[in-house]
Formats: sequence, C-alpha cells, structure tokens
Amino acid sequence: MDGFYGVCLHFTINGQPVEVEVDTRTSLLDLLREQLQLFGTKKGCDQGACGACTVLVDGERINSCLALAVQYQNRAVVTIEGLGGQGSRHPLQEAFVAKDGFQCGYCTPGQICSALGMVDEVARGVPSRVTEDLAAEMMMLNHDEIRERMSGNLCRCGAYNGIVDAIRETFADGRAEHPKREVA
Amino acid sequence: MTPFRYEAACDTQGAVALGSVLGAKYLGGGTNLVDLMRETIERPDILVDVSGLAGEITEGDEGGLIIGAGVKNTALAADRRVRERFPLLAQAILSGASGQIRNMATVGGNIMQRTRCLYFFDDAVRCNKREPGTGCDAIDGFTRNHAILGASPACVATHPSDMCVALAALGAIVTVEGPDGVRALPIMDFHRSPGETPHIETNLQPGELITAVELPPLPAATKSVYRKVGDRASYAFALVSVAATMTLDGDRIKDVRIALGGVAHKPWRAVKAEATLRDGLATEEAFQAAASAALTEAKPLRDNGFKVELARRTLVAVLGQLAGAAQ
Amino acid sequence: MSISDKVSGAAQAAIAKLVPLAPDSWIPGGVPDPLIGHQHGLIGTPVSRLDGPLKVQGSARFAAEVPLENMLYAALVFGTIPSGHIATLDTKAAEAAPGVVLVMTHRNAPTLNNPALFGSSPTAAGASDLPIMQDDRLHWNGQPIAILLAETQEQADHAKSLIVATYMPEPSTTSWAAAKAAGVQPGVFMGQKLLTEIGDAEAMLRAAPHKIDHVYRTPRHNHNAIEPHATTMVWNGDELILHDTTQMVTAEAATIADIFGIKAEQVRVISPYVGGGFGGKGLSEHQILAAAAARLMGRPVRVTLSREGVYRVVGGRTLTEQRVAIGARADGHFSALIHTGTVAMSAHNNLPEPFIMAARSGYGADSFRLSVETAAMNMVANIFMRAPGEAVGSFALESAVDELAVELGMDPIELRIRNEPDQDPTSGLPFSSRCVVKAWRSGAERFGWGRRSAAPGQRREGEWFIGMGCAAAAYPYNRMPGAAARITLTSDGAALVEVAAHEMGMGTATTTAIVAADRLGLSLDQIEVRYGDSSIPGAILGGGSQQTAAIGGAVIAAHRALVAELLKLAGNDSPLAGLSVDEVGSENGGLAKLQDPSRRDSYRAILERARRDSVTAAAKASLPLEAMHWSMHSYGAMFCEVRVNGVTGETRVSRFLGSFDCGRIINAKTAASQFRGGIVMGLGMALMEETQFDERTGRIMNPSLAEYHMPVHLDVPEIEVMWTDQPDPHTPMGARGVGEIGITGVGAAVANAVFNATGKRIRDLPITLDKVFFQDSGAARTDQNLQHRAMDARVAGDGDPSIRVQA
Repeated sequence: MDGFYGVCLHFTINGQPVEVEVDTRTSLLDLLREQLQLFGTKKGCDQGACGACTVLVDGERINSCLALAVQYQNRAVVTIEGLGGQGSRHPLQEAFVAKDGFQCGYCTPGQICSALGMVDEVARGVPSRVTEDLAAEMMMLNHDEIRERMSGNLCRCGAYNGIVDAIRETFADGRAEHPKREVA
Repeated sequence: MTPFRYEAACDTQGAVALGSVLGAKYLGGGTNLVDLMRETIERPDILVDVSGLAGEITEGDEGGLIIGAGVKNTALAADRRVRERFPLLAQAILSGASGQIRNMATVGGNIMQRTRCLYFFDDAVRCNKREPGTGCDAIDGFTRNHAILGASPACVATHPSDMCVALAALGAIVTVEGPDGVRALPIMDFHRSPGETPHIETNLQPGELITAVELPPLPAATKSVYRKVGDRASYAFALVSVAATMTLDGDRIKDVRIALGGVAHKPWRAVKAEATLRDGLATEEAFQAAASAALTEAKPLRDNGFKVELARRTLVAVLGQLAGAAQ
Repeated sequence: MSISDKVSGAAQAAIAKLVPLAPDSWIPGGVPDPLIGHQHGLIGTPVSRLDGPLKVQGSARFAAEVPLENMLYAALVFGTIPSGHIATLDTKAAEAAPGVVLVMTHRNAPTLNNPALFGSSPTAAGASDLPIMQDDRLHWNGQPIAILLAETQEQADHAKSLIVATYMPEPSTTSWAAAKAAGVQPGVFMGQKLLTEIGDAEAMLRAAPHKIDHVYRTPRHNHNAIEPHATTMVWNGDELILHDTTQMVTAEAATIADIFGIKAEQVRVISPYVGGGFGGKGLSEHQILAAAAARLMGRPVRVTLSREGVYRVVGGRTLTEQRVAIGARADGHFSALIHTGTVAMSAHNNLPEPFIMAARSGYGADSFRLSVETAAMNMVANIFMRAPGEAVGSFALESAVDELAVELGMDPIELRIRNEPDQDPTSGLPFSSRCVVKAWRSGAERFGWGRRSAAPGQRREGEWFIGMGCAAAAYPYNRMPGAAARITLTSDGAALVEVAAHEMGMGTATTTAIVAADRLGLSLDQIEVRYGDSSIPGAILGGGSQQTAAIGGAVIAAHRALVAELLKLAGNDSPLAGLSVDEVGSENGGLAKLQDPSRRDSYRAILERARRDSVTAAAKASLPLEAMHWSMHSYGAMFCEVRVNGVTGETRVSRFLGSFDCGRIINAKTAASQFRGGIVMGLGMALMEETQFDERTGRIMNPSLAEYHMPVHLDVPEIEVMWTDQPDPHTPMGARGVGEIGITGVGAAVANAVFNATGKRIRDLPITLDKVFFQDSGAARTDQNLQHRAMDARVAGDGDPSIRVQA
C-alpha cells in the first residue's frame, strides 16, 4: 500500500489469539481501540504523561500510547476488559466502586491496570523512590509507597484518596494477587 | 508520524548493518523516540528495534558491573547488585519518569533521550537543534528548566535524564559498536555541550549503537546518594539534581565525585568542587566552598537564576548527608 | 440505565412514610421541601455510583468510542501568529497524501453563521462569536486554519504536517502590560457590571488604624480533563447527530443548529459520559469544523483533539491581577473592603473572571469598593474553569484577611467570625441558610488548629518547616432556569426519569435516582435515569454547581404533573377520588391522602384499572425565584498543614481538611469525592499549575500534561471532609451545590500555611520553590515581562514580514 508500511501481527489479547494487519505507526493503544474495538483503555495525552493508556504486557504495566504495536507482537496483553472472571469483577474493581476511586471514570481503567502491575512489582521486590531501605528484601505497600508508585497515573477529578483506599483494601497485609489472571 | 519500515534486530552486528543505512534509527523502549516521531521532530525511514539485545547485567572487574544497553530501567534499579554496590544509580532511575515508563525504557535509550525544552518541541518557534542556524527562542522565553552551566548563545537546553547524572558521578564507560568496530567512551565524553552545533548531541559516529555501560567498582566504605528537586512530589523532570559519592578516611575526604543534573546540556561533573574537597576535612565550610567552586561559572537566564542558589543548597545538603552517613 | 444497589432493610421500612409534594417554588413565607423533614430513603447516606460497575470495567462509552460505519478521522492544523491574515496556504501535498479525502480551509469551507455567545440567549453556547473558517483572518495563536479528513488517524496526523502556511501578521496585543496600557473596560458578567460601591471605601481605608493593601496575581490555567475533547458525528440528510463530550447538550444542539442555519430539532447531541469537564467541555471550533467537513464528504467523522489541540482551541481560566485592601478597627471589624483588579480577555468573548463574588457576601464591612475590569489580548477565548471568579478571588481575599490578622495580632478564624454578617452585606438580602461559624469551629477543632503557633517559622523537623493556614470557601447557589424532567411510570411499578443533564463524575444518575425514589415512594432499584441527550426536553447546564438543584426543581415539577395525571386516571372509584395534588403524598409505590393515609391507591392499581401500560408527565422547573429573595451560597472553611523544605523550598501538603456548609448532602459518597476533587484541583492551583503564554508570540508553550503540572498521587495527602448537613429551607431537597466549592479557599489556605511555616508571604500563584526562598515575594513574572520586547511581527532573518512556517 502506498505511503504506509503494513505488517501482519499476532498477539494474545485477554487470553485470546488475535491476528491483525497494522500500519507500523499504529500504537498498541490505537490497535486496541480502533481496530479491536476494545475501548476500555483510554487515550489521555498520547505522550506517556497521564497513564490512562496503561495495560499489562506479560504482567508488566506499560503506557500503550508509547508502545508501537509492531514492537509488541507475539506478546500477551491484558486490558481492563480482561480482568475479572465471567460475570464477576476483579476484587480491585469492586473496591474501586466501594471506595469511590473514580468520578468521571476516564482514568480508571489505567489506574486499575497500573495498580495490578504495581502490586506485582512490589511482590517481586522492586524498590521505589520512597523506599527507605533500598537493599531490603521485602517491599512494603504503605501509604507513601502506593502513592509514589501510582504517580504515573493522573486523575484530574482528584479521586486519589479513593484510589489509594481501594488499593489498600484489596492488597492489605501485602497480599498481592498475581495480575496474570486467566480470562474466562 | 512519517511512514517507516520496522526491523527487529537479532544480534548486534545485524543491528549495526541495518542502523548504518541513512534514515535509520535505533528503537529502544520507544518512550522518547515514539513521542518525537509523533511530533514529527524525528522522521526515520527505518526503525531498528534493538530492545531485545544486550539484556544482561554481568560482573565487571573487581566488583564493577557491565550493564547491557537493552536492560530495562526497572530491571536495572531493582537489581540487587546495583542496589547494594551503586545505590545512587538505583535512586536516580527510580526518581525518574513513572513505573510504566521505567518498565519500557532501556538503558541505551535513556542515555540517548533528547531534551524536553518547550521550544525544541514546538516547530512554530526557532530552535537550532531542530533546524541548525535558525536561532534559539528559548533564551528570551520560559527558561525555568534551562541550563545555568555550559550553555551557549545557540542553545540553553538541559539533558533530562536522572540515570545519566548518576552514571557521570560513577565514571561510567559506554561501549558502542559501529560499522568500524567497537570502542569505549567515558560517559562524560559521550554527551556534548551545545557550542555552535547543538543539533549534534553526542559523540557517536553514524550507525554506532550503544551496547553496554560499564560501572567501575567503588572503593570500600563509599557512600552515595542521588537527590532530585522538582516542581511536584513525583513524575517531574529535575530542576536541579545531585549525584554524589564520598569515601571518607576518618574525617578526611579520600575521594568524592559530584555530578549535577538539570543544569546543563549534559550531566555536569563538578570537577572543580571535587578538587577542593579531595584530601580535605569533611566540614560545612568545605562543602560551602565546594558548592561555590561548582557554580562560579553559572550563567543564569531570565527565569532560572534560582537554580544557582538551589544547586548550591542541595549540593551542600547532599555532602553533609554523605559525611554524616559515613560516621 | 439499570441499577443494582442494595437497599437496607431499615430504608425499605422507612419508605412507608408519606411524603407530601414539594412546593411549586420558593418564595418568602413558603414551606420548605418536605423531603428535608423526612429522614428516610437514601438521602444523606453513602450510595455507590450506579454507573460504577461500567466505569471500572471500561464499558462506559465515551465520545471517541462510538463506532460508526464508513467513518473518517479528522486532524486540525493550527495557525502560529496571534493576529493577521493567512498569506499563502499550500495544501496540495496534504491532499495527495495517502488516505486523505478532504482538506478544508477558509477557501472551501461552507458558509456558516457565527456562534451565539454564551449568555446572549438561554441556549447560546458559543465561547466566542468569531466566524469559523469563513475568511483568512487570524485572531489568536493556535486558531485552526485547516481540517483534514482521512481514512485512519495516522494518515490524518501525518498529512497535517504537510500543510505549509505563510502569514501576514498585524499588530497584536500579546503582553499583559501592553493590554493594560491599551485601556481597560468594566467587566460585565451575565449582563451585570462587576462593580459594587457602598460608602467611600478608599477614605475609610485611609482613616483605618489597621490596614493591609496588596496585589495578588494568578496565571492562566487549563482544565486538562484527562479525556481530550472529541466528537463522533454523522449527518442524515439535514439532521446531525453528535456523540459528544459536553456539559450542555441542549444549548450545544441549539447553537450548532443556528450556525448551520437549521432548526434546533435537527441537531441531536448525545453525551452520556464526560471524561472530566470542569467548565471546559462545551462548544469549541472543532465540533463545528468537523460537522462542516462531514457535510461536505457525506460520511461520518470522528474528531479527537490532541492534548496540544485542546490548548489551542479550548480556552482556560484567564489571568488576574487583583488588589485587596482591608481597613480595620482595633477590634478587627472591617471598615473598608476593597477588591479590584483586571483580567485578560479576548476581544470576542464575554466571560470575565468575576473574582469579586466572595467579597460581595463574605464579610460585613462598613464600606465596599469591588470591581473587575478587563483588558483585551490576542488569545484563545478564555472560558470558565471550576469556580470562575471564586477560585482566584478567594485566593486574594483570603490571603489578605490572613495578612490583616497577622497585622492585628489576631487569630485569623476569630477575625473572620468577628466580621460575620447578619445579612448579605452588599445586596441587603437575608441569608437563606448560613452556618459558616459552625463550619469554622467544628473544622478548627477537628484539625487541631489550637496546636498552631501564631508566630511564623516556629516549627521545624529536620529540614522541614511546618505550618498551618486556613481560608474561607464560598460558592453561590444559582439554580438556572430552563430545566425540565419527564417521568414515566410503568405498570410493573418502575419509573423512568429523563433529564437533559450530564455526568462528568458528579454522580448525576445516582443522585437523581435517590431523589426520585424518595419523591415517588419507590425503591432505588425501581428507578431508571436517562440523561445526556438533547432530545430530552429542557436545558440543564452541567456546571455552576447547580445541576443537582436544577434537576431537583425539574423533578418536583414533573412529579406534580405526574400526580395530577394519576389522580385523573384513578377515577371516581378510587379512594383518592376528589382529592387535589396538594392533598396527597407519595409512599410505598402509590399515593395516599395526607390527612388520612388509609385512603391510598398504588401506581400499579391505578394503571391497571385505567388499562394503561404507562403514564408519562413532563414539566419545566419553576423559575429560580429563591435567589432573588435570599442570599444563597455554599460555604466552607479550609484548613491546611504544609511542610516546606528548608534546603530546597519544596512545599508538601501534609494534612488538609474541608469543613463545609452546603445544605443537605444527597449522596455522602459522591459529595465527599466532589469536595476532595475540588481540593485537589485547588492544591494544583496553589502549588504548580500555570499555562505558559509566551508574550512575544501569544503562543502557549506548554500544551501538554507533562509540562503543565497537575497534582500526582504523591502530592495529595489524605483529605478529610466534613459538613454541617444543615438543610437550606429554600432549595429543592434542601441542597446547595458541592461541585466547585472544593477549589475555593484552597490557594489561600496553602499560602497562609506557607507563611505560618516560613514567614514568607507569596502573593503570586503558583507557589513554586523559587518563590519561597529564592525571590522577593509577590514577584513579578509580570514585572519581568515588562522588560520583554513585545514583538509585533516575527521576522525571518532578512526583514521580510511574511513568514514561511511549517504549520
């Protein structure tokens, strides 16, 4: 095709194999939204500054707006649509509703996916800027740690208190649910 | 974004062969390059994906480390050896960007990232980086985030990386491979000051690819710290940052390394300050004198005069913290 | 929208209580809303959002997510001079680019009428009345000069970089100093001059034994909702449907229809979910340009503004320069209150920042001089952003009150209470309900205000200076006319409530359902709310902190009309035969006589006997007469504790408390979130937000979420909120507004806390670290701009006044 380079790519999206032809310029975010009609992942800035586009790739949280789809071929992507089981929601999603961790709801899928990736990082012992003992084996999920680690997800409605409460309630006592959940 | 062809490199030689073609650029995590491409500031015809190469951290000589250029920022900061032997490097990485971006960004890409100067990013204004010889609209514009050291009338931009400031303090050595073979550049010789050619930001030759960063070992009983000062509590570029290591022998400073971030076109190694401190006593007066030495040549712009005093205060505090920690 | 929420057993039993219908309107001598006196149903309890499950699953469909067949994607190109003409516009390369089907410029745009300015009629939604792509004139740096349509977004975005424009600049005003020097105009807001003069305030000030007199400055701000403006639209013949993100479906439909010369009914705006509004989601150029382009191509179009695009075509809060001078007696009583100043405006809009609102009713001074003047600049039309006037005006006023307290050696809360007015000090109207003193006292106690050191700079912990500050919060109650509601009762005992209202995070459907359930005597899961569609009768603005009150008034009217219908349908065999609307009340799925509840008839029974599946009634809300008879506001007291780093000047907010008096709180959960959300935005305004407008070119230089700082998680402490829950006897449900008051007072609370911590007074927002330790206070970015050479024309090298620019 004139004027763009199309490539045929394979992904696993929310547990399902997917094959698509994409323009090399297409971001993973636009692939999800425009071609696969998975609108749960949101575009807030297209620059990696807001985190609304956060998805999990092989369990790690990334900004899908900065991810060229072609660079992520053959990877396993989990979006907000892939959380929870059949007819039920992930405990973190329930906690967001209970603790009012959102208002307009636009940054919410990104906050939830980011939180799941974040908790996994804590479980794997990845430190943060506020970690007092950098060399410690175990990482804590306290108030400062949660807020620092989630600082890549902006919320203009200011639902930060509710988001932190939802995360704390779901993952209290360091219980870190593994984010690689199977989609029913 | 202009159309481009994508190639995933299988090994370094293959990458270099692809990357040596005119119009080709190396793709690491994409966290800076994809943004620049979307802004049409970068317009590569071919993207060579090197993010799958050089992903290991191996032991160097005598306790040093060799970090593959493809290692992700998160993995580097989380590595136990880095946290124990080079804590300021872990701190520097963790104070930059966001969790998501740190997961994506590679070490090589972090070194190669370009300034976030508002005037560089806006193609409606003049920028000698984007279009050599057209002028610099930043100098008389918003200069809060701009350089106080080493700038020129052609460019006052700063290097945005936190990691590189730590690498500068650590005397890291960057290994590159190009069509003409392999060579090593000390990190302080990797980035350039703007001079009259701000569009040339590094001393890389065409086609050269960063393959590794080597950290020489720190002497025993060396303390290190990275302190970053920004306009919000997290997720902001440094207004000023300080990476420093200090080796004490009693109350005498055997060795000290200081690098400043947010103040220049490249990480600023404060060699004059280091010289005043070396072999001297670790006192408040010595720290003040060192800070003055570091900043004598500072040339503030309209909006960033505060950086001189901020850098002074932060550096003095960091030196005091290191001296205190060593006791 | 269907709902699922558990109704507690206690609430279910309580539904049995009989509730009379609310009065037609509130006038002196009238009765309050009977819902106030009845403590049952869910009003006041924390109710989870009905749309919560959709939002946390990513299933709530936003405007850029409505897929339409055969859709084209749009991209906008923005001009780069503040004033002048397009000299040349080369679109050939863009037209030939792959996938591009249309490049529309002033040369081929269809004839369009100018937008009607907001406020010029009840349904006018235009932020400015400038012609849209009808000629080659440019009025601000960033004005759209072309719109492209292509098969994919990547193709549209790439092609826009191929457009080349050159310009003929004309003299422009892009510096604040030049704007003021060219002359100021009196500010006019909603047809009223922003001027209040009572007594001779300047003379009283001169004579006062204690006084302060300072200038406070606030920069431009941008709303920065995380969802960028976007619309997906399609023409069906001469009818246009827009799936939009907007706070004004009805006004937008009417204004767009006007622009295209068609009837209002031919335009339908659908907007169920708005990803953040804050005053910014209304009608801008992009919807109109996309609709014009869509009409030319005959295909549906999606236009999504990039983050940069939002800054170019959607204005924000304008900058202000305010003088506050207060003269006081030794006992602290204000003899003079002067609040004057200037705001920047574009020449083609009518939204001056009304920063004197708080001073009009906050304090019982003996004399007043309050005025807002405007100075014109070449800039995108500024519009309203959360708490217009109040957010920035309260920063100045409440900082000044704090400065006076310091001067007097008096506690700042005591000083305020000493000047608590008995009636509105400038209008003379009685207050409808004002429990500000209670909010102050209970908030102060809860916050531990007694532990504060009156002398600044007394508390240190390591590198940190610690201080506390407080400030009054206030926002007017202003139920707007034009609201309507339509209620349909069905034979299964359920009710559908339809209002042309909006959801941008305040929890509209949930609050509406709570209120409707209480009024109709139904349980929450029997209520369905439909909203966000201009085809629903009535006009309800999702702004001004009054949507809940407007809906409340509309539901009251529709309820009345519905009961009248039901009584007719009930017929002569009903136990309610012969009764009038005011003799019955709703309860437990039916109606009953107030004086004798044993005479009752259920909705189901009435419909069944009448052989009807449903009954519908629609009505307009009564005129908002209450605001003419009483001075009505939401109030609050803000308390802030900061830690200021002695080395770097970085300020961190360690504690924050908002103590509110906002009438009856309908939904405790969503109201608390609204309060907190406003406070968070206030923290941003206080500490970090600034739109950087380059005065040489009139160009915004930080049009991004990376370079415009808003608070991140780590900037925000746990925010405590509390409220008096004192119902207002003259409003629907006894509620006043909660959406915007959260941002008011925060700037001053932070500035006052920084002063208490450091002894440094900062009068120039944002309070960045350089202002704390490294500059003179009140410093003038503005004074420094005076030294700027304002350039009228950008010259490229050889003095050629026309500029070749890659757009």
